[in-house]
Amino acid sequence: MMITIKYFGLLAEVTGCSSEKINFSGTTISDLKEILFQKHKVLKSLKFKIAQHNELNTDKTKVTSSEIALLPPFAGG
Amino acid sequence: MNRYNRHIILSEIGLEGQHKINMAKVLVVGAGGLGCPVLQYLAAAGIGTLGIIDFDIVSESNLQRQILFGSSSLGINKAIAAKKRLEDLNTSISIHAYPKKLNHKNAISFFKEYDIIVDGTDNFKTRYLVSDACIITKKPLVYAGIYKFEGQVSVFNYNNGPSYRCLFPNSPKQEEIPNCSEIGVLGVLPGIIGSLQANEVIKIILNLGEILSGKVLYYNSLSHLFNLIKVSRSEKEIQKVMDIADIFENLDEGIRCEVKNNNITLKEALTKKNIQWIDVRNNSDQKTNYPEIIQIPFADLEQNLHKIDKNKKQVVFCHAGIMSKKAVSILQKHQIEDSFSLKNGALEVMNHFKKNNYEKP
Repeated sequence: MMITIKYFGLLAEVTGCSSEKINFSGTTISDLKEILFQKHKVLKSLKFKIAQHNELNTDKTKVTSSEIALLPPFAGG
Repeated sequence: MNRYNRHIILSEIGLEGQHKINMAKVLVVGAGGLGCPVLQYLAAAGIGTLGIIDFDIVSESNLQRQILFGSSSLGINKAIAAKKRLEDLNTSISIHAYPKKLNHKNAISFFKEYDIIVDGTDNFKTRYLVSDACIITKKPLVYAGIYKFEGQVSVFNYNNGPSYRCLFPNSPKQEEIPNCSEIGVLGVLPGIIGSLQANEVIKIILNLGEILSGKVLYYNSLSHLFNLIKVSRSEKEIQKVMDIADIFENLDEGIRCEVKNNNITLKEALTKKNIQWIDVRNNSDQKTNYPEIIQIPFADLEQNLHKIDKNKKQVVFCHAGIMSKKAVSILQKHQIEDSFSLKNGALEVMNHFKKNNYEKP
């Protein structure tokens, strides 16, 4: 299925886009991460959380939404 | 009370609510982009006791967003300059300026004096320090962070809700994410996000509406989108911080953004390979006489670090597992990172050694 990945903060900067559509045939968040890491190697070295349906997910969570958000912490103040 | 008339005539606040605000004690850590609007609204609202911690001085590039300061504040400490401005804004409140750096040593005693802590800091090291000290002192933390055109806000440790570490268990490396002074920030952004923080502080004091606990709000000033993401409490993450509570003040500043669980049971210790056991009991008159165990009384530990084989994993024990925790924090301070404190103390270790017929020299 086609899903939209939304990148927040620094992640939008390092991937070069605030959102992108990808074709996803896997099941879990872990599968999705694999694809994203292949596409954007830099993500591997950064800390972020993944959310769908406005809830945080773990690697084992099933991907059920067509919109996934990648949320990093912000340091600035 | 004419000053607070527009609060008092709100039926949700009234005289009683305003009195609660006047009695409240709020500590704002960092008087920068976020801290300034937070302080401005809290002082105007009549928070009875406002604390401000900041070691930094006002520089010209701050004036684009740090709205408490003007040309006359340049070169002056931010906490002191903010206090001066706020005293003019509201003469009836008490403002304490602490022109110093927050560290493990002073955080707990500062936080104990206040009801609510506001995080307006600009780096992960201090954010995790603020968060951990709030967990230990059981103070609600009104958190926010900003990045260029985006911000995130949440209330942590509120009514058994989640903590910052439940959202982001470990700190990114400092160099991983640059701060405002390196990459720039839209001046209005901390104004918006700091105002959201001030709003949450007032709501907590008044127990009004829905507190932003158990969720984190992401805001993007370019797309004007607000995303509210649920966050659950992780007992494991909170316990890890509680486990270091009694050694917290001895932890050197910034040595660990990551809280490792260094507090282990004998069973867990025995799963590790290549162990050196360290007995740190001060009055251990009996010699243990096992070659696997070295005896270094806690008081002499720092002078005897050369006796420790750094290629091994250190399992430290004492009578009850309290002194050994302190010993582990000392070892880690000296970059002996693979060190663990044994929860149940010496008796269990000795029984284990006896039972398993470890060889006596």
